[in-house]
Amino acid sequence: MSLMRTSSPHLSAANPVQHVMQQVLLALIPGLIALIHFFGPGVIFNLLAACGFAVLCEALVLRLRGYDLRFFLSDYSALVTGALLAVSIPPYSPWWLIFIGAFFSIVVAKHLFGGLGQNPFNPAMVGYVVLLISFPVYMTHWTAPSDLANTPGLLQSFASLWSNEYYDGTTMATPLDLMKQNEGQMLTFLYANNPQFGSYAGLGWEWVNLGFLAGGLWMLHKKLFTWHGPVGMLAALGILSALFYDDGSSASGGSPLFHWLSGATMLGAFFIITDPASGATSNLGRLLFGAMVGVLVYCIRVWGNYPDAVAFAVLLLNFCAPFIDYYTIPKPYGTEDSQS
Amino acid sequence: MPDTNYKELARNGLWRNNPALVQLLGLCPLLAVSSNVANAMGLALATALVLILSSTLVSGVRNLVPDTIRLPVFVMIIAAAVTVAELVMQALTYELYQILGIFLPLITTNCAILGRADAYASKNSVIPAFVDALMMGLGFGLVLVTLGMARELLATGALFADMHLLFGVEALRWHWVIFENYEPFLLAILPPGAFLLTGMLIALKNWLDQKFQERLTPSPQTQPAGSKRVRVTGVIK
Repeated sequence: MSLMRTSSPHLSAANPVQHVMQQVLLALIPGLIALIHFFGPGVIFNLLAACGFAVLCEALVLRLRGYDLRFFLSDYSALVTGALLAVSIPPYSPWWLIFIGAFFSIVVAKHLFGGLGQNPFNPAMVGYVVLLISFPVYMTHWTAPSDLANTPGLLQSFASLWSNEYYDGTTMATPLDLMKQNEGQMLTFLYANNPQFGSYAGLGWEWVNLGFLAGGLWMLHKKLFTWHGPVGMLAALGILSALFYDDGSSASGGSPLFHWLSGATMLGAFFIITDPASGATSNLGRLLFGAMVGVLVYCIRVWGNYPDAVAFAVLLLNFCAPFIDYYTIPKPYGTEDSQS
Repeated sequence: MPDTNYKELARNGLWRNNPALVQLLGLCPLLAVSSNVANAMGLALATALVLILSSTLVSGVRNLVPDTIRLPVFVMIIAAAVTVAELVMQALTYELYQILGIFLPLITTNCAILGRADAYASKNSVIPAFVDALMMGLGFGLVLVTLGMARELLATGALFADMHLLFGVEALRWHWVIFENYEPFLLAILPPGAFLLTGMLIALKNWLDQKFQERLTPSPQTQPAGSKRVRVTGVIK
């Protein structure tokens, strides 16, 4: 005989995985619109291919493991992983690149470690890092924003899925690249000399980040996660960049606004480090987790080898999450410590 | 001396007690050097040579060495064997010797070798010790070469590059390009690729073992009593 296990009757219905994942997908929309507007229809094909491959890999592994396909595929988690991977890799990537990313995200990072909710590392970031260290040439060519170069049309974007060429003529250094390679220019000159910087942080990039910020705030409002992780990360990044801003001198690392609205900051803060499976679990733990991601992102961006660092920072902190949890176990009310 | 079961020794070395896949010994050279077949084969040969030499010697002196100082003596013997292997490689395949670099002298610290010396050679006579070392060396070498093949194929889309370092100019023709215009998959050459692929090989071996086991004994599907009970302490009969 086995007893049926239900949650406490006085609690309102738990938010099923399916709803959470649907809301995450919805929250991606503003950022996606900005990405498509500035970087062209390649983003759409990235998205379709990555989601398709992710669901395919998921179905394959579920079948191999003998799970119910319909039940587990309808939780949308593979779609979310695919979508997060798609917005991380450059538009107009060839299909095999996207496939390898999706394969490593779903099969290696998720299912080899036990499946949904048991992954110690963020699946989308594992896929991204595998691609970044394996195919640096493809992964470091970002399309220039549409105001600065001709973005390929729909047909051309579709064709780029099948060709191995990246669009050399339409790619350009991103603002983070320029900041990294800056040698001896005051920031005002750097901004004036390079149209990629736009008005605050980077043409296109500031809107993409604002889009993800909007989606993230909506998820926060829907209580999909607590404020601790994102606030920790953005605060740490802001404090560090303010400390080393150096009034825009040639040795400056960039203003807080530049770091908040560049690269993958907002995507990381609201969509990546809030992953409940690979992050810390207590509120204090989440705050620390986010803050350390922010510190690492700043350090790698300014003093490291890579222009952006959200994926590396998140993966490194995923390693530390159990350690953070160990030291931040909340004291239950009524135990010795809370009485004294 | 009772009769030694040589078949058992071979089975242990090659499969059931494989130093790389089951004992997980000598992982450092296994992961570091297996980036292509030529390197893997070079290190496999050197390791096998050292293993055979040291096991045979250890077995020969086993009655002369007091138990208390056996480990230092064994390490000295292994270090001597490694020096021999190093000099041989330096003489015959100088370029490969340079590529393998620090991993040749490091064979001394390969636990698989000291493990065999202490666990088998020091308790058995010379011939069984020799056969055991040969089989262990082969088992280690096979895994090394398999890993080298998988990594080289994934990383470059071709096999058997640089084999002339080991087998002379003739082997230049062995280079076999399987996929033209292959995008190099750098992860496979980098250390994480080695870890991932070693894990896959271990999983493959366990899976095969499971299949063999199932074929040999069709096990009855019985659930132990009380295994699914909730809120029950102790065992239900």
